[in-house]
Amino acid sequence: MTPTDTDTRPTERNRDERTAEDGNFGRFGGQYVPEALMPALEELEDAYRRYVLENEDGFMDDFRRRLRDFGGRPTPLQRADRLSERYGREIYLKREDLVHGGAHKLNNALGQVLLAKYMGKERIIAETGAGQHGTATAMAAAHLDMPCEIYMGRTDVNRQRPNVFRMRINGAEVNPVDAGRGTLKEAISETMRDWSQTVEHTHYVIGSVVGPHPFPAMVRDFQAVISEEAREQILEETDGLPDSVVACAGGGSNTMGAFAEFIPDESVSLVAVEAGGSSLEVDEAAGVAPNSATLSTGEEGVLHGARTTLLQDSHGQIMESHSVSAGLDYAGVGPELAHLVDIGRVTPVNVDDRVALEAFHRLSTEEGIIPALETAHAFGYLHAVGTDADTALTDADTPPVESDDPLGETIIINVSGRGDKDLETVIEQTAEMGLEAAPDMSVFDGGLR
Amino acid sequence: MSDGIEAAFADGPAFIPYLAAGDPNYEASLEYVEALDRGGADVIELGLPFSEPIAEGPTIQEAVIRALESGMTPERFFEFVEELDVDAPLVCMTYYNLIYQYGDGEGPRPFVERANEVGLEGFVVPDLPAEEADPLRDACDEFGLDLIFIVAPTTRGDRLERMLEHVSGYVYVQARLGTTGARDDVSDQTDTSLERLADCDVPKAVGFGIKTGEHAERIIAAGADGIIVGSALVDIVAAGEENEEATADTAAALEAKARELKSGALAGSSETVPEPEQP
Repeated sequence: MTPTDTDTRPTERNRDERTAEDGNFGRFGGQYVPEALMPALEELEDAYRRYVLENEDGFMDDFRRRLRDFGGRPTPLQRADRLSERYGREIYLKREDLVHGGAHKLNNALGQVLLAKYMGKERIIAETGAGQHGTATAMAAAHLDMPCEIYMGRTDVNRQRPNVFRMRINGAEVNPVDAGRGTLKEAISETMRDWSQTVEHTHYVIGSVVGPHPFPAMVRDFQAVISEEAREQILEETDGLPDSVVACAGGGSNTMGAFAEFIPDESVSLVAVEAGGSSLEVDEAAGVAPNSATLSTGEEGVLHGARTTLLQDSHGQIMESHSVSAGLDYAGVGPELAHLVDIGRVTPVNVDDRVALEAFHRLSTEEGIIPALETAHAFGYLHAVGTDADTALTDADTPPVESDDPLGETIIINVSGRGDKDLETVIEQTAEMGLEAAPDMSVFDGGLR
Repeated sequence: MSDGIEAAFADGPAFIPYLAAGDPNYEASLEYVEALDRGGADVIELGLPFSEPIAEGPTIQEAVIRALESGMTPERFFEFVEELDVDAPLVCMTYYNLIYQYGDGEGPRPFVERANEVGLEGFVVPDLPAEEADPLRDACDEFGLDLIFIVAPTTRGDRLERMLEHVSGYVYVQARLGTTGARDDVSDQTDTSLERLADCDVPKAVGFGIKTGEHAERIIAAGADGIIVGSALVDIVAAGEENEEATADTAAALEAKARELKSGALAGSSETVPEPEQP
C-alpha cells in the first residue's frame, strides 16, 4: 500500500463498488419474499438511494450527528497492551462496545429508525437474537418517538433476560416466539409475518446484513462507520494499514461494518470468526447443526429473502443452529459475506463454545473489558493462532490459510459489544465446562438469579 | 396452460382446497386429499412442507410441523402424489429453497421434471416474486406446467402488469394483507383487487380468509373465478388429530366442508351450473 492510495476518502472511493444496485453480490442476494412485501422493498430501495446514498434532505448529516450526540461516536481504536505483549503483535481494539447500548447494533438501528421516520412510517418492528439489536432498536425508537415491537425467540428471552428488561423499560413491546428452537431464525420468520400484514405503515428494522435487497447493502452502509473510523484511526496511529481485521460473524453486520472500507485494501486480511458451537458434526435426522459455522460448513440456498450460504439438510430444510452466544446462533449469513468468502476475499474460521468462553475470561481479566460472547469468538481465534500458527482452528471444509500466520503483525479486532447481558450464561457455562482459568464464582451460588 | 387447470375453470367457479401433504401422517393425508376430491375440488393445492414457512399463519405452520415430523420430504412428496387417486389437477405449493436444493446445483429444472413425471400440473411458490422467477418459469414452460403467482392487495401498477405477463393457470388473489389463516371477515380489499384485475384473462382465484360456504358465495358473486381454502380445512385435520378421531371421521368432515364451500361457490355464480354429483 503506497501513501497515495490512502489519500482519497474511503467513503468516496468505495461507494460505487460497495453498492449492489441490483441487489446481487455475485450469485448471492436477491429478493425472495412474498409478493405482498415487494412494493415495500421497492419503496425502501427508493428511500435508501435518495436518503442514504444521495443524502437527500441532509439525511446522512442528521444520522451522523445523532450517532455522535446520542450514540457516542466516534469510538476509540485502543491498543490492547497486555494482549499485544502476550501474542507478540500489535493488537488494536475497535471499541464498539462503547457505543450507546453496548454494541455496534445502534449504528444500524438508529439509521433505519431514522430512515423510517423520513419515509413517514408510523411503527417499527424488529427481530432480535441476543437482544442487542432489539435493545438498540428500542432505544432508537424511543429517541425518535416511534412505537416499537420486538420479536424474540423464547430460548433467547430466557437466556438474555437483561436485554428483555431494557427493551421493556425503553417502552418497546417484546413478543416471545415459541416456534422451533425459539431463537433468531424463528424470530425473523415471525417478524416477516407481522410485516406482511402491516407493511403499509410499518418499517421492519432488520438487525443484520441479511434479508432481501436492499437490507444487506443498507445495513452494511450504516455499519460501515466502524471501518471508516478504524481505517482513519489506524493510519493516524501507525502510519499504515493493518495486516488483518478480525470480527465475529453470525448474520454478519459487525463483520461487514468492520470490513467494508478495507475490502479494496488487498494487503489487509479479513477474517470472519464463526461459532463452532459444541461440534461441527451435523445431526441430519434431528435437523440439528450444533454450531453456527454457516460460512465454513453451509451450502448455498434461499432463506429469509436472500440467496446465501445456509445450514440446511440434504432436502433443503433449514437446520436448527447452536452457539453459546445467542447473537451468533443463526443458520444463515449475509449474502455479501457469503460472496466475499466465495471469491476468497474473506477467510472464514470458527472457534467452539469453550474457546470463546476462555477468551471471554481472558479479555475480562487481562484487559478489563467484558466482551459479548459473540465478540469473544474473535478473541478465541486470536488466541488459537497467537499461541501457535500451525494450530489455527480450521476444519476440513475450510480452505487452509495460505500463509502460516493469517493475522500478521498489526491486527484490528472489532469489539462488537459488551458482555453484561451474558453474565448469567457465562457463569453457568463456565461451571458446566469446568474452565480452570476463570474466577471462582461458587461462593455466590444461589444468589445470582 | 396445463389442460387440467384450464378445464377446472371452464364450467363454473372453481373450488381449490389446500392441505399440507403428510399432515398428520402419510396414510391419513392420502385419505384426506381424496376426500376433498370427492367433495368437489376442481384443483387441489398440495403443500410440500418447508421448515421456514414465512407466508403462513399459525394454523398452516402447525400443519407443516406435523407433516415434517411425520417424515415428509420432497421425494416422499412425489411418491405421495403418484399414489393419490384423485380427479382434480394437483398444484404443488412450496418454498423456493426446496425446489432449488432438489436440483443439486442444476437449478429448479430437476424438481419440475420430477413433478411433471408424477403428474403435478403447476406450482405456487410464496417466496418467489416475479423478479426472481425466470429459472422456474423456463423449466415450467419446458414441461408445460403452470406457474401461479400471488397478487397481493399491495400489488399495483407496473408490478401487476409485469406479473400478469408471467402468470399462467390462474392468478392467486390474496384477499387481504397478512399470512394465511381463516378469518370471519372477508375483506373489502378483495373487491378492490378483483377490480384491478378486471382486464386479466387468466382466471382469478381468491384466497386468504375464506372459511364458510357464505364466504365462498360472496367472493364468487364479487367476480372471482375460484376460491382457495386452506386454514379452514387444516383446522379439521388438526381437530381430528387432537381428538384422536378415526381418520374416516376426519375424512368425512373434510368432504362435508368441501361440499359446503363448493355449493357456496356455485350459489355465488351468476351462471347456471349443475350441482356437484353426490357419491
